[in-house]
Amino acid sequence: MNELDLNLVVRGVLAQIAPEAAGEELDAEVELVEQLDLDSMDFLNFVIGLHEATGIDIPERDYPRLATLAGCVEYLRLHSTH
Amino acid sequence: MPSLGADMDAGTVTEWLVAPGDRVRRGDIVAVVDTDKADVDVEIFEDGVIEQILVAAGEKVPVGTPLALVGTEPAGAPEPALPSVAAPAPPPAPEPGPTQEPPRVAPPAPSAVPTPSAVPTAPTVPTVAAITPASPAAEAPELHSPVVRRLARHLGVDVATIHGSGPGGTVTRADVEATARSRPGAPGEPGEPGGREQRPAASATPAAAEPDRAQQRGLAMREAIGRLMTRSKREIPHYYLGTEVDFSRARAWLDQANGERAVTERILPAALLIKAVALAARDAPAMNGFWLDDRFEASGAVHVGVAISLRGGGLVAPAIHDADRKSLDEVMRDLRDLVARTRNGRLRSSEMSEPTITVTNLGDQGVDTVYGVIYPPQVALVGFGKVVERPWAEHGMLGIRPVVSVTLAADHRASDGHAGARFVAQIDRLLQAPEAV
Repeated sequence: MNELDLNLVVRGVLAQIAPEAAGEELDAEVELVEQLDLDSMDFLNFVIGLHEATGIDIPERDYPRLATLAGCVEYLRLHSTH
Repeated sequence: MPSLGADMDAGTVTEWLVAPGDRVRRGDIVAVVDTDKADVDVEIFEDGVIEQILVAAGEKVPVGTPLALVGTEPAGAPEPALPSVAAPAPPPAPEPGPTQEPPRVAPPAPSAVPTPSAVPTAPTVPTVAAITPASPAAEAPELHSPVVRRLARHLGVDVATIHGSGPGGTVTRADVEATARSRPGAPGEPGEPGGREQRPAASATPAAAEPDRAQQRGLAMREAIGRLMTRSKREIPHYYLGTEVDFSRARAWLDQANGERAVTERILPAALLIKAVALAARDAPAMNGFWLDDRFEASGAVHVGVAISLRGGGLVAPAIHDADRKSLDEVMRDLRDLVARTRNGRLRSSEMSEPTITVTNLGDQGVDTVYGVIYPPQVALVGFGKVVERPWAEHGMLGIRPVVSVTLAADHRASDGHAGARFVAQIDRLLQAPEAV
């Protein structure tokens, strides 16, 4: 998947968790938790959604790298090559 | 009409999922009721056969009104057995009037005839038409029970696409619910025939799909919360206790446990906190129960209400049943499920009416300390703040540790600070031995 696809994947998962924010512009560099008012359960479901969409196993210690939209895309790109 | 929370006086039946003649089992979802706060799936509390629907979809009736007659006769019996109300109302809210009469407990004999009190209260012949048995030919094969088919239609799930786990590949209620759950926020099928107009597909994009309904619901919820909290602050002499708890052992234990787990099996700190409160509440009867009719009734079971905020505002605190007896994994699974269903408006009646103590966790929002307001008729609420790093002295050594603030708001009519302090201290102790929680 290229970066554009990954971007769509991340946005798609977010749209399921915070549907009212789906249509809004996301700032790729601002923390998702802050932008979308996610709690820890939302974030867990977000990680599960990413895992289900990409098959990538995301250990808990990597959660900080998923903080922003840009970070998510970068993380998925690095881990989806093989 | 069950009491789905202390703030509920009346409810509107929005939909029936069963029709007369349907066989139901204890725990089956038979109807959907609109309280001011949420659409709640009403569970039946007895095995039996639906004999008569007494309140048609769309009608609003006071709490305590019988919704349907349920025969507890063995299969195939033609004459109606002793009826009972499809409406448990655990915190008793006695109201005068004949509608309260039908017994809610198990009937004495299978061949009993309806008690006179129940039948005449039915104002009209049940309006079966409202239930809409839509196009049977196009529906799933007959081997799935009517309850399953209606539930599937209700949840917008196509039974034909489900791999059934029942005997002979039969699709069960659990299969339907699991399928519906596996699509987060999935709305019902649009253009469904009949019976759905009352409750249009609401879950995924409520704001876009039906602004008026969402707005109304928001206003009604604010009013309901306002009424309940006003009552709490007016009637309950709160006292407050708080302490800082070293969270380093819990943190280390969670990190290690989650490090070995697939993402779907991981445990959130919230689950550990809920379980710790449940265990502590079991040993602190004065914190766990209801203040009713000017006296305290301790509860034998521990049903932990979890305050769950709704996206777009509002708050619901449904229960995790018997949280003290469940494993941490089970509590976590229940919590995930409860949060998802709360936010999709798919709660069950027993969850709404039965919490014996409530936990609120505002740490995700970044605050250190919660000063709680008790949910009547409960007598205690435990609040957790954010886990933060703090300088921490222990055994004459200073270090940096993750720390969480635990607060208790308790009802002074039911307990004193001494009992409250012991309860809070016990929560602390449990969090120092997370492997045992």
